[in-house]
Amino acid sequence: MPAPDAAVLSKKPALVARLRKVLPAGAVIDDPAETRAYECDALTAYRCPPLCAVLPSSTEEVAAVLKICHEMGVPVVPRGAGTSLAGGALPTADSVILGVARMNAVLETDYANRFIRVQTGRTNLSVSGAVEADGFFYAPDPSSQLACAIAGNIAMNSGGAHCLKYGVTTNNLLGVTMVTMEGEVIELGGAHLDAAGLDLLGLVCGSEGQLGVVTEATLRIIAKPEGARPVLIGYDSLEVAGQCVSDIIEAGVLPVAIEFMDRPCIRATDAFSGAGYPDCEALLIVEVEGSEAEIAEQLEIITAIARRHDPVELRESGSAEESARIWLGRKSAFGAMGQINDYMCLDGTIPVTELPRVLARIEALSAEYGLDVANVFHAGDGNMHPLILFNANEEGQLELCEALGAEILKLCVEVGGCLTGEHGVGIEKRDLMGHQYRPADLEAQMRVKDVFDGQWLLNPAKVFPLEVSASRRAGGLAPRVA
Amino acid sequence: MMRPGTETELAELLQAARAPLAVRGGGTRGVALAGEGLETGGLSGVRLYEPGALTLVVGAGTPLAEVEALLAEKGQRLAFEPMDHRALLGTGGEPTIGGVVAANVSGPRRVQVGACRDHLLGVRFVSGAGEVVSNGGRVMKNVTGYDLVKLMAGSWGTLGVLTEVSLKVLARPQAEATLVRSGQGVAQAVTDMCRAMGTPYDVSGAGWAGGETRLRVEGLAGSVAYRAGALNAALGGGWDVVEGAESAALWQGLRDAAPFVGQPGAVWKLSVKPTEAPGLLGRLKAVGLDHEALLDWSGGLIWLRVPEEGDAGAAAIRAECATRGGHATLIRAGEALRARVPMFQPRPAPIARLEAGLRAKFDPRGLLNPGLMEGA
Repeated sequence: MPAPDAAVLSKKPALVARLRKVLPAGAVIDDPAETRAYECDALTAYRCPPLCAVLPSSTEEVAAVLKICHEMGVPVVPRGAGTSLAGGALPTADSVILGVARMNAVLETDYANRFIRVQTGRTNLSVSGAVEADGFFYAPDPSSQLACAIAGNIAMNSGGAHCLKYGVTTNNLLGVTMVTMEGEVIELGGAHLDAAGLDLLGLVCGSEGQLGVVTEATLRIIAKPEGARPVLIGYDSLEVAGQCVSDIIEAGVLPVAIEFMDRPCIRATDAFSGAGYPDCEALLIVEVEGSEAEIAEQLEIITAIARRHDPVELRESGSAEESARIWLGRKSAFGAMGQINDYMCLDGTIPVTELPRVLARIEALSAEYGLDVANVFHAGDGNMHPLILFNANEEGQLELCEALGAEILKLCVEVGGCLTGEHGVGIEKRDLMGHQYRPADLEAQMRVKDVFDGQWLLNPAKVFPLEVSASRRAGGLAPRVA
Repeated sequence: MMRPGTETELAELLQAARAPLAVRGGGTRGVALAGEGLETGGLSGVRLYEPGALTLVVGAGTPLAEVEALLAEKGQRLAFEPMDHRALLGTGGEPTIGGVVAANVSGPRRVQVGACRDHLLGVRFVSGAGEVVSNGGRVMKNVTGYDLVKLMAGSWGTLGVLTEVSLKVLARPQAEATLVRSGQGVAQAVTDMCRAMGTPYDVSGAGWAGGETRLRVEGLAGSVAYRAGALNAALGGGWDVVEGAESAALWQGLRDAAPFVGQPGAVWKLSVKPTEAPGLLGRLKAVGLDHEALLDWSGGLIWLRVPEEGDAGAAAIRAECATRGGHATLIRAGEALRARVPMFQPRPAPIARLEAGLRAKFDPRGLLNPGLMEGA
């Protein structure tokens, strides 16, 4: 991260005093012992306590905070639940953490028009929880959904396992209330569809907290399907499994999820969870939805395709227990890996058709770097999740792991994919952006930030390579108003 | 009329340009613009089509018909069902895929699968400053950097000229069926449509025209039969069922606002919360605005035909939309009306300022379709 600005650091007492005037007692945290709670997000390798943290309870309070920080030229790092794997909520010593965790109310549910409006500190799973009893759900389901906040989902345009059918956050976000860095409250979108002018809502979603602080969101809710059932398919070749995925998609059935695990991952998760997975090269979990008859109709097509590729195992679930057992290993994959080792989880996306080639290349890179890599990912949409296993206590291993990670992500870009499919760039992939985008492409994106946040105060050191954003941040960090 | 054959040629042309340009794909969407014409037809051709990955990359000037024919060969389609404006607007020419994207054109299936912008995976464009910019890519999940893809969809060529678009395509379903009930008023229609959209039966179209409410389901044959039956039961029964080509024709008609073709008057497209539609239409009647309405998107899209007099109801319509949350776009209008009434709903000042800021960054000399999207 860039070195903190001494001029900003020196303003701490004045800043805290001003913030206390506009926020309720207990909403400004400046004691160094307490600000440590905000020193990192889920990318724990990087830590730095902020200048202070604020926990506003309303859009008006957020606006008041931003106005003060804007006037004083103090950078602000917005924070949802702090579950970012990319360092999206990592502070700098000269920044204010603006956490929306206290804003978690449901503001409106409307089944006729199929939306829910919530404050963005609300967790992803509790959005579905609020409408579940009435037969609805909110579709994007990142694996951190128990903990992660809608604010962070919007900032990172989060995905999940069921994107193949339902899309990611941006496809389910109808509107937001957002506070600009200047402290102005604006409404983008709403319960109606499409923008009156330019699609600013689409631009804000996935902008990693760099364009504004989103305090309220209108989200699409969908009627829950009558039922869902997975089928488990095992192959002794990665290539054949990859081909099976392509064939299923091309056949015109649209499963809600196609998950893929390779042998290292199958072994580790099976040992951890006792899911009873076959010991094979590649395992697919394909899930379809609908009534009993519809599920049967879809599974007939899928299993016929699977059989053509000569599977070593083909297990159709016959009950809720069997379905849970099929999902058990996949859902505990990350926990299982965490038991064995430290790991770094990447999330580059590739064209589905490139799966076999990419997996073979990852295997070669893994051997070259001497670090094991287990693969578990959303195959239907090409979103990879290579888990690089390493030992954080051994000197040099983190750096080696990061170097291997960078190689794998470059590979994803090389075959026509991208650096990140759902986690975001943050600081983690910031310096790899030049591999995906040419200077003019990055310049175009930075100009958008210039429009929304002319002084580059909002989450400034993220997304763009530091040297690329340096002049803008320097201009921005120099306070225009003393 | 300028017609660059390559992206490089387009970039050079824009760098050298000194006067406003009227950017157009096939010129089918009836927007008459000042300035020399800049046509994208030369930037055409299929760059990549992978049916197994549901991805298509094409030059922006590629005719839509060519794209649809290519996809049909593999049993696939553009799921967002873009409308054909030609009959309604009395325009000629060939709609291009770039034009569809630039206007973010989505049809009845928008309520189920999302808009054109939701299927747009990547873009290449030349900004008004003559810089070639690429954003997004060809994969379905991509959060690498800002999403300029969404920004470009629906920007009507005012930020840059699209040269290449990458789209998510989907399988054409085996079967479709439409539940039909005639003699319904707008309030009952919206109630039924909203109820249908809230069932688990995956309704892919909910519209109302000529007093007839229509609800569509698509998919595998057995599934369609099951869901059509279940939906009918959920709505109390008594709906007629139309299948196959006959069903498809109903939706193509609604998609293209066919009942308004050849009828006089200005045509508006309103986007509101579905349950606002009956109240809004009632209010327009009450203030004396004569109109004929068609509903799509469960009531969330109102096609409105009004007499082409005065402001064609602009003040009343836009005030109602603003109050209720939504917006109105003037789709069909004669030259005189266009001169009086902006095409797009004016936005609140802070939003208009952000939009103007973006235009100033991407098209600093104000060359591309100037004035078209301005609106505070």
